Amino acid sequence: MKLKLTIWRQKNPGTKGKFVTYPVNDVNPEMSMLECLDVLNESLIERGEEPVAFEHDCREGICGSCGFMISGVAHGPQPATTVCQLTMRHFKDGDELVLEPWRSASFPFVKDLVVDRRAFDRIIQSGGYVSVSTGNAPDGNDIPVGKEIADRAMDAAACIGCGACVAACPNGSAALFTGAKIAHLGILPQGKPEQDRRAVRMVAQMHTEGFGSCTNIGECTGVCPKEIPLEVIARMNRDYLFGAWTERSEVINTIAPATDWNFREK
Amino acid sequence: MSAAVAGPHTNRAPSFWQSTNGKKAVMAVTGAILFLFIIGHLLGNLQIFESRERLNTYSHFLKSLGELLWIVRGVLILAVVLHIVATVQLALRNRKARPIAYAKKKSVNSSYADRTMYWSGPIILAFVIFHLLEFTAGTLHPGAAAFSEHDVYYNVVSGFSVWWVSAWYIFSMILLGFHLRHGIWSMFQSVGINHPRHTPLLKQAALWIAILITAGYISIPVSVLAGWVR
Repeated sequence: MKLKLTIWRQKNPGTKGKFVTYPVNDVNPEMSMLECLDVLNESLIERGEEPVAFEHDCREGICGSCGFMISGVAHGPQPATTVCQLTMRHFKDGDELVLEPWRSASFPFVKDLVVDRRAFDRIIQSGGYVSVSTGNAPDGNDIPVGKEIADRAMDAAACIGCGACVAACPNGSAALFTGAKIAHLGILPQGKPEQDRRAVRMVAQMHTEGFGSCTNIGECTGVCPKEIPLEVIARMNRDYLFGAWTERSEVINTIAPATDWNFREK
Repeated sequence: MSAAVAGPHTNRAPSFWQSTNGKKAVMAVTGAILFLFIIGHLLGNLQIFESRERLNTYSHFLKSLGELLWIVRGVLILAVVLHIVATVQLALRNRKARPIAYAKKKSVNSSYADRTMYWSGPIILAFVIFHLLEFTAGTLHPGAAAFSEHDVYYNVVSGFSVWWVSAWYIFSMILLGFHLRHGIWSMFQSVGINHPRHTPLLKQAALWIAILITAGYISIPVSVLAGWVR
């Protein structure tokens, strides 16, 4: 099948970007979106042009590295699918796809379809520790966890941190991501001791990173490759409300976003 | 990212009001107060269908409350101000969060009402100001004759007899319905209440409550224009 790919090309944050349209004529319907870009890149390299930069790692939908907008939808039209798992058979012959990087002030641009998502790492980091006693490894069945509770925690923990929620949110909010991280520890008995404090700190970091506010409209959960439910955002709000009230420390430190890439022309 | 300039490694955390979550909680609580007012106001207004005396007695009762009426008005004004200040501040923040717009963007999961809160809100505010000038202050009463201090029934009928007053009212009430359709369930989410079994029911309830409230309000100008209430 034949496709037209209109891709955002931008060498680095310092230069101006633009859309470039590439016809790709030998697309196998069994290919993934990333493999389709691989094929395009092979031809670009042969022609001596700069290949399209995109992030990828596991290519089986569990690492969270890949992700970009395909014709206005994060990770493309297929629900619960990352771009590496999105096969080209979902498109029609002759389709024109617009590939664009995540657009968020908190995700500094790197190159072409690549953005810097370290803001997510700092949100996780700011959550702090989970109380675990030192000594021998605890017995596996020491703390009983109900099946439903384990399931809910696992549903939240399925978040791979790809950033699609931020990309799809008209407000550029990281509420779904932060909510998932707060929920997956807060639901389990092991994460209870720090539950409210964790929420306060992660919310503080989310704020410092400059993410927008949640308006509860659910665009994030609609594009989430792991289908994280909006429920986790309510969980974050609840834990934050309790935590903001009970927190005794006046000062909660957050990590200053290190967003400078210092790109220099070589 | 104005908050991110303090030191190399640490920043002071945002206060409750500064945080986006805190502001949304304030919007939820103030929204709930305004929602209660909307229900009370509707129930009061619907007395127009009973009789002229009934509506006028009710309005005189409200006016006779004196200081108590001003306490209620004070709470409502405070709620409106907080609701709007939080919205404006969050909207400005959200604009900064996406400095470069997408060339192409599709909505996949949100409803029309969800996405138009930024439009329905300001229009409802404009309506409320007009509405207060028309029916409470009486300074802007486009009816045939003058505004009456004591005859609310007369004010309503003469006001809604002007077609564009009714049209503006009906339009604003439809937008209020949209605003409520999102707001009624969203306020629970903002204060941390969401449940996979109950929230879908809540969303359904929000839709029907919004439709009922809109229909209730619209029934008054429609009845005046149709000549059922004279």
